[in-house]
Amino acid sequence: MNDFVVNALGRELSGAPGWLTALNRQGRTAGAGKTLPTIRTEDWKYTSLRPLQDGGYAAAPEPLRASVEPLATHFEVPDLDALCMVFVNGQFSESLSSSDAMPEGVSLVPFSRASEAEAALIGEHLDSLANPEGRLFTALNDSWLSEGLFLRVAENVRIEKPLQLVWLTTAQGENFGFAQRLLVLMEQGSEATVIEHFTSTDDAQNAFCNGVTELVIGADARLDHYRLHLEEAGALHVGNVCASLDRNARLNGFHMALGGRLKRIDLAVRHRGEGSHCELNGVYLPRNREHVDYHTVLEHEVPHTSSEETFRGIVADQARAVFNGRIHIHPGAQKTQAHLTNRNLLTSNQAEVDTKPELEIYADDVQCSHGATVAQLDASQLHYLRTRGVSEQEARVLLNFGFINELLNRAGSEPVRQYLRPRLASLFARDPNLARHLL
Amino acid sequence: MLSIENLQARIEAEDKAILKGLNLQVNPGEVHAIMGPNGSGKSTLGHVLAGREGYQVTDGHVHFLGKDLLAMETEDRAREGLFLAFQYPVEIPGVSNMEFLKASVDAVREHRGLEPLDSVSFLKAAREASKTVELDQAFLKRGVNEGFSGGEKKRNEILQMLLLEPRLAILDETDSGLDIDALQVVAKGVNAMRASDRSFILVTHYQRLLNFIEPDFVHVLSGGRIVKSGDKSLALELEEKGYGWLEDEVA
Repeated sequence: MNDFVVNALGRELSGAPGWLTALNRQGRTAGAGKTLPTIRTEDWKYTSLRPLQDGGYAAAPEPLRASVEPLATHFEVPDLDALCMVFVNGQFSESLSSSDAMPEGVSLVPFSRASEAEAALIGEHLDSLANPEGRLFTALNDSWLSEGLFLRVAENVRIEKPLQLVWLTTAQGENFGFAQRLLVLMEQGSEATVIEHFTSTDDAQNAFCNGVTELVIGADARLDHYRLHLEEAGALHVGNVCASLDRNARLNGFHMALGGRLKRIDLAVRHRGEGSHCELNGVYLPRNREHVDYHTVLEHEVPHTSSEETFRGIVADQARAVFNGRIHIHPGAQKTQAHLTNRNLLTSNQAEVDTKPELEIYADDVQCSHGATVAQLDASQLHYLRTRGVSEQEARVLLNFGFINELLNRAGSEPVRQYLRPRLASLFARDPNLARHLL
Repeated sequence: MLSIENLQARIEAEDKAILKGLNLQVNPGEVHAIMGPNGSGKSTLGHVLAGREGYQVTDGHVHFLGKDLLAMETEDRAREGLFLAFQYPVEIPGVSNMEFLKASVDAVREHRGLEPLDSVSFLKAAREASKTVELDQAFLKRGVNEGFSGGEKKRNEILQMLLLEPRLAILDETDSGLDIDALQVVAKGVNAMRASDRSFILVTHYQRLLNFIEPDFVHVLSGGRIVKSGDKSLALELEEKGYGWLEDEVA
C-alpha cells in the first residue's frame, strides 16, 4: 500500500510552470515518510484505499492528444449559457473550452497560462485553506501539481454567466493519476456561480483524480458552488473542498455524486467572519458494488454565523455509502445557528450506509441540531400511489426520485436541474419505461 | 357494482377484529352514506376495500363489477375503477402533482384499453379539473400534497377522482375538517360526476355533507356491522338523537 505513496512522491515532474516547483517540493517534503490511511484510522474507517494499492495509479497521464472522439457530449448541459473551461485527464484543453473574453474584473486562467501577477496571487493563496501537513492527499496534490485553474472575481463584480469547470477523464492504456486543483478568490461584494463538473467517457475508467479546491470568499461576497461527480464507476476520486467565509459572505453548495470504486470527498467550510452563512445540500447515489464517502466539517469560528446542511442518499444493491457530518462551534462563537440532517434510503437488504453526525460545541448560546436516519421507502406513500393505479415498480421509482429531487429543487440553476433529472430517473429505473413520467 | 358479504377483518398489528360480518350491496348509480360512531370500523372498510397492508380479511367476500376484489392487487383495484379518497392524503415531496396524475391516468387508461393522453390534452384536462375543485393551477406543479392545507388536500383528492373517472368512489371522511366553502366544492365535484353507471360511498360522521350530496341510502355502522339502513331521513334522525338509541335498539 505504501508503495503508492513512494511512487507518487517519486513521480517525475514535467510541464509545471517554474513558479510551481517550490510547491511541488514542499508537497514532497510534507508527504515524505507518510503512509496511506487504513481503515484503522477513524476518518477512514469505512472507506478502504485498497483500490489505489494496485495498478500504478501513481503514474502520470499520457500527454493530451487531439481526440478523435467528440468529448463535448460528455459535459454539455443543454440551455446552460456558461463560460466553460475543460481539463482532460488533468490537462487544459483549449479547444474544448470557451474562447469568450472574460468580463471586466474576472480572471479565469489555467495555472500554465497565468500572468506573473496572477501567478503571484495563486502562490499567495494556494494552501491557505488546504493543509498538506495534515492531509496526505493534499501533499501529493502539491507534489504533482503542474496544472490547475484560478478564478478571481474582483471587488463588487458580479459574473452573470455561470462558470462550468469540467474535469473529464478518458481511459488510457495504463492506470494513471492526476492532480485536480481549483483556486477561487471572491473579493469583497463579488458574486459568481461555479460548477465543478467531474465526468468521463463511457468506457471503463482507469484514472485516479486527486482533487483540491479552495474557495476564498470575501466579505459580502456570494458564491453558488456546484460539485457534480458523474464519472463512470471505474474512476477513482479522493477530493477535498475547503472554503472560508469572511464577514456576511454566503456560500450555497450543491453536491451530487454517483458511486464508484472509490469516491471520497471531504468538505470543510470555515466561518471566519460574522454574519456569514453557508447552505450545503448534497445527494449520493451508489448502486451495484459502488462506494461513496462524504466527510463534511463546518467550522463556526466567530459569533453570529449560520449553516444549514442537508445530505440525502439512496443506496442500492450491494453498494455502500458513508456520511460523516461534523459541526464544530468554537469557543466564543455565540449566536451560532447550525443545522444538519442526513437521510438515507436503502433499497436493498445488502446495501449499507454508515452515517455519523457530530456536534462539538464550545459556546453556550447557540442553536444547533443534527440528525441522521436510515430507512426504506415509506409504505404509506407507496400505498397511496398504488391506490391511484400506479404499479408498485413505478411507484418505487417515483418515490426514490422524489426523495432526491426534493433537494435538487434547491439547486438554483434550472438548466442544471434539467440536466440531472433524467440522469437521476434512469438510475432508479433500470427499465426506462418506469421513468417515463419523470422526463 | 359492489357486493360485500359477511366481511370480517382485523388489524394485524393489534390482533383486533374490526369488521364483524358486514353486508352491503351497492348498485350502479347509487349513493350510499355510511355513518357511525368512532371506532365502528368506517375507515377500516375503506382501507380493506383499497387493499392497504396491515388489514387481514378473515372471512367474507367482496365482488366488484363481478370480480373478486380481495384477490386483486391495490393498483388493479384502482385500474378496474375503484377510487378511495383518503381521510389523510399522503404527502410526497419531490414528485410533482402533475407527474403523479399523469402516471395514474396513464395506468388506468392503459388498463381500459385507451390510448394514453398526449401531454397537451392531459394538461388541459388537469387544468379543467383544478378549476372545478377551485385549486389554483400552481398546485399542479407542487409536490403531491406537499405543504397543502387540509382543505387543499381534500380538493386534490377530488381532482384525482375527476381525472381517473372511477366506477365506484369511496370518500373516507372527506368532509372532516372542511369549512363550508370547501365542503361545497367537494360536493360539487361529486355531484358533477354522478351518473347511472357510477356509484359513491360516503363515509362520514356528520349529516352536514348530506345536505349537499343527497344519498339514496344511509347505513349505520356500529361494532363492525351495519346495524340499520334507511333513506336520507335516517341521517337527520342520527343528527338529532346520536347513536346511543341504536345501540340500545340492537341490543
